[in-house]
Amino acid sequence: MAKVYISLLVMALTIYAIRLVPFLFLRKPIRNVWFKSFLYYVPYVTLAVMTFPAILTATDQPLAGGAALIAGLVMAWVRGDLFTVAITCCVVVFIVGLIF
Amino acid sequence: MGSESESVMEEKRTNGGWFAVGMRNGIPICLGYFAVSFALGIAAKNVGMNALQSFVMSLTMVASAGQFAAITLIGAGAGVIEMITTSLIVNLRYFLMSCSLTQKLDPKMNQLHRLGIAYCITDEIFGLSVSVRGYLCPYYTYGITMVSVAGWCVGTVLGVIVGNILPVWVSNALGVAMYGMFLAIIIPPAKKNHFIALLVAVSMAASWLFTILPLVRGISSGFRIIILTLVIAGIAAIIRPIPDDPDSDDADGTEAAHPGDEAFKEELTDPVRTAGTQISNSTPEIERDTQNFDGSDAVQEKEAFR
Repeated sequence: MAKVYISLLVMALTIYAIRLVPFLFLRKPIRNVWFKSFLYYVPYVTLAVMTFPAILTATDQPLAGGAALIAGLVMAWVRGDLFTVAITCCVVVFIVGLIF
Repeated sequence: MGSESESVMEEKRTNGGWFAVGMRNGIPICLGYFAVSFALGIAAKNVGMNALQSFVMSLTMVASAGQFAAITLIGAGAGVIEMITTSLIVNLRYFLMSCSLTQKLDPKMNQLHRLGIAYCITDEIFGLSVSVRGYLCPYYTYGITMVSVAGWCVGTVLGVIVGNILPVWVSNALGVAMYGMFLAIIIPPAKKNHFIALLVAVSMAASWLFTILPLVRGISSGFRIIILTLVIAGIAAIIRPIPDDPDSDDADGTEAAHPGDEAFKEELTDPVRTAGTQISNSTPEIERDTQNFDGSDAVQEKEAFR
């Protein structure tokens, strides 16, 4: 029982430390052009990598995930609204689930 | 989006206002988190963790892949060293995200907020926070986090308690909400900037290849994200460095006056703006206001210019 909480404490502190260290030590604007550019591109690459192909396995049907991906791409291109795109993907998965 | 609603919202955005916008934008994250953490709760239950332990885990870690790893380690009765090293590797991408987000902080901000924002760094909350125009108001991040982490914790606990009660079609539908949100963050900027579009396409293709090619197939998803982010963003920064801001030395927060930098900010900001949050406005003088969270002195400055 106590061992679980100690384990949780150790891992939670480790994870918080990973997040905190840059905030403690990176206090000035970064001058290095490469590093600035790198950090600018990080979110696009990270989110793209996380989205595909993971979206295909997010449901129990790859087809539904694929349809959600295409619908999400189109909706994000046309409207770009966070909530609309997210809901569109959910609805598409639901509909594909009904049909197949 | 009508300019009328923009001007109404832009007149003053207090800390509370930012918090409210954050909570609103946190809703899709909350839905996605709920679905994911539900599965997490079931996994936790399977290794013998109870609802309270699972709740504490979700509240203190807020890390999807990290928590799945944690559950596995607890289930296997792993040692402290293994717990620390595995947690470091699986969650290393948060380090990059934190580095990136430090660049969005107002130097005049109360430094204690750094402790708070650090807690909030997840893929999704980071994605929203970093795409705000100008300096980030910590309360925006806190608003997103409160809603998201609530969904995360509730989902985990329900997963432990009610197990497999959630109908499959519900968890299926909820499961893609987060990915839809990711697309809403990365696609609109890609529409305007072809290099970002290329970057997104290459990233997805590489990510897919990493899941099928023999040698790299065994790499965990956490590691895959780190490797591909380092390599692809690193190369992108060499090929297409963003325009340097010549006057960035004066740290008075007036970078909006430099058009070169502005073009890039606009791309990253767009998804949030089009999400109906009215965070940004295309005129530089209003941008000055949004960078001052307490607002008052910026408004006065603006009046003085007229």
